[in-house]
Amino acid sequence: MKSITVALAGNPNSGKTSVFNMLTGARQHVGNYPGVTVEKKEGQCTHRDWRITFVDLPGTYSLTAYSTEELIARNYIQEDRPDVVVDVVDASNLERNLYLATQIMEMDVPMVLAFNMSDLARRRGLEFDLTQLSQLLEMPIVPTVGNKGQGRTELLDAIVETAGAERKERTHRVTYGGEIEDELLRIEETLGKTDGDVVARYGRRWLAIKLLEQDEEVTSKIRDRQVLEAVGQSVTHLRDILGDEPEIVMADRRYGFISGACQETIQSSVERRHDVSDTIDAVVTNRILGLPIFLLLMYVVFFLTFKVGSYPMEWLEAFFGALADGIVRHWPEGHAEWLQSLLVDGVIGGVGGVLVFLPNILLLFMAIALLEDSGYMARAAFVMDRIMHKIGLHGKSFIPMLIGFGCSVPAIMATRILENRRSRLTTIMVIPLMSCGARLTIYALFIPAFFPQHWQGPMLWLIYLIGIVLGIVAAKLLRLTVFRGETTPFVMELPPYRMPTSKGVLVHTWQRGWLYIRKAGTVILALSIVLWFAMNFPKPPADRLSGLDTQEARQEGLRYSTVGRVGLAVEPVLQPLGFDWKIGTALIGSVAAKELFVSQLGIIYAVESPDEDSPSLREQLRANYTPLVGFCVMLFCLISAPCVATVAMTRQETNSWRWALFQFFGLTGLAYAVTLVVYQVGRIWL
Amino acid sequence: MSEAVRVQEKPPQPLSTARAGQTVRVVRIDAGRGLNSRLASMGLVASAELKVVSNGHPGPFVLIVKDAKVVLGRGVAQKILVR
Repeated sequence: MKSITVALAGNPNSGKTSVFNMLTGARQHVGNYPGVTVEKKEGQCTHRDWRITFVDLPGTYSLTAYSTEELIARNYIQEDRPDVVVDVVDASNLERNLYLATQIMEMDVPMVLAFNMSDLARRRGLEFDLTQLSQLLEMPIVPTVGNKGQGRTELLDAIVETAGAERKERTHRVTYGGEIEDELLRIEETLGKTDGDVVARYGRRWLAIKLLEQDEEVTSKIRDRQVLEAVGQSVTHLRDILGDEPEIVMADRRYGFISGACQETIQSSVERRHDVSDTIDAVVTNRILGLPIFLLLMYVVFFLTFKVGSYPMEWLEAFFGALADGIVRHWPEGHAEWLQSLLVDGVIGGVGGVLVFLPNILLLFMAIALLEDSGYMARAAFVMDRIMHKIGLHGKSFIPMLIGFGCSVPAIMATRILENRRSRLTTIMVIPLMSCGARLTIYALFIPAFFPQHWQGPMLWLIYLIGIVLGIVAAKLLRLTVFRGETTPFVMELPPYRMPTSKGVLVHTWQRGWLYIRKAGTVILALSIVLWFAMNFPKPPADRLSGLDTQEARQEGLRYSTVGRVGLAVEPVLQPLGFDWKIGTALIGSVAAKELFVSQLGIIYAVESPDEDSPSLREQLRANYTPLVGFCVMLFCLISAPCVATVAMTRQETNSWRWALFQFFGLTGLAYAVTLVVYQVGRIWL
Repeated sequence: MSEAVRVQEKPPQPLSTARAGQTVRVVRIDAGRGLNSRLASMGLVASAELKVVSNGHPGPFVLIVKDAKVVLGRGVAQKILVR
């Protein structure tokens, strides 16, 4: 059996993902490209006696050095040298799609063209002479309909045939016209002299083309001064005689080559007419209706995720509860009780607490997949862009931020819909400021404890509003400092609406769900165990516990543990905020999960069965703290340190601990500063 | 192309002034290299034919280029000169 690697390239919206799914089925591996936040998908299949590994490159319109995605796609082809590159093109939009193809052709790799959505193109009145087009482009062309699974065998045949065939020199290629070709030749000649390794690796013509286009990444690879000088002269010369940057003229010539090839091989019997997509767009991107429609759809997504999802969530909670009960009941009395507590409180409490959200995650990503596959997501970005642009974010950032009100973890995963790296990182950083469901339990305990009935609603509203305002300010600040850079000018394709296929949606949903399960089983499990130890060890000596009842013993145990000691140690730091060691200890415990804040306080105040409705805990709070401190606690919980699951997810999605820690400490610092000001100013006033 | 230029004497206008339903031809794009190549990769090059779908004062701009529907921010539409 022979093994080959095949890369899948193509425009966004060319149906590349559906072709990838068609080729590999559900056997896919989702990860990240090293060092960047761009998703990397791999899948396998066997065909005849070939084992084929498919790599799904990021969807791009071009292969310049101006965007991370394009660089990744280009570097993969150049550095990893796949045996075949399959370029998936949308047959009904051929000219634009072939622009990418001309650039891959120049990299001199064996290619196959997947002529996707060919059924749609034919229905739109386009006739193709594929035999002739294949001769002109010098590569096999296979008509496919990815979402219907048509053309799979033919495409695989073409791939293995191309992989096995002997390499031939191209006879047709993009010619850039007399003046540019002369300069290309000149650069190629100087390239021959030195930089032998670079030339051998990337090919002389490709290097010359990229150098003339003043591609920064390629230019940085060249050490020979002579070459760089020659390039400089050529660029100046061409600028003079062409009256434009060489790269612009070169883009023109590529389209010239394409339209030449298309003129001979495509016949269009009808003009592009007003189609269904235009009619839908007239409504959903309407200046007045657009926003309400978007908000309505978001409400449906939110409802589906958190309301419909709450039923299976309850079953899972019941399951984990029963599991914990079962362990407690069948545990041999008096044997290794610490292990029982580790299993029940640490592992089941920690991992179970995260896994119960799985139904929400699956529903959420199903909804997102539906919005993406149907083509609506691009319209949503269009509708929201005017507002989001003002804070330096992309229109699509709104969706993950909205999900953040439910839970930060799926929200951070949902930032994958953002293509721009800076927008994505900024969005991830501010998501925890959207007050999640777990923090609601804290407010539910505190607000009735300190505020009269008629103030309770406005108070809750105020807390949420503070989070949103801080999120907007923080996003704007981050875009001006850490993630500075041109807000990428808004240029986006509105793909035609398509009916999502159940297979595509299910594959999408499952991939995200699996990622979530894996996370819960690894990082979150490890962190839960660490926090459990910190909350339970060291144990107080026996003489300290003598004469105490169960509640008091738990209180003493927590005070004696690592977390309790840290709480005591940080008391001086927290004092300016109005917090004592009890609140400090509860805050540290709440890093495991925000809702733990309530049960921790319950243990500290030795309250039986503490929860957010516990009247005795509220009385204790009222007796010990002023309303101002109560408000400050809520404020601090809203802004400070995201929970471990969020930290773990940020680490995974940004591929670096640096960003995860930046978020963790940045938000905690912000919380400290804001709470400090509020408490100190409030003390003067009240 | 030179013939077309001679026939049309009107000076080029920014795309942002075009009305919905109009069909125009790109003369020049006054943008930085990054934006220029991004526009080129989506088919927006000199001499490309554009059909304006909607001119969303003050919002983004929708047009059809090479059979694809594309949205541009207003700032971008101002940099594209058309006739």
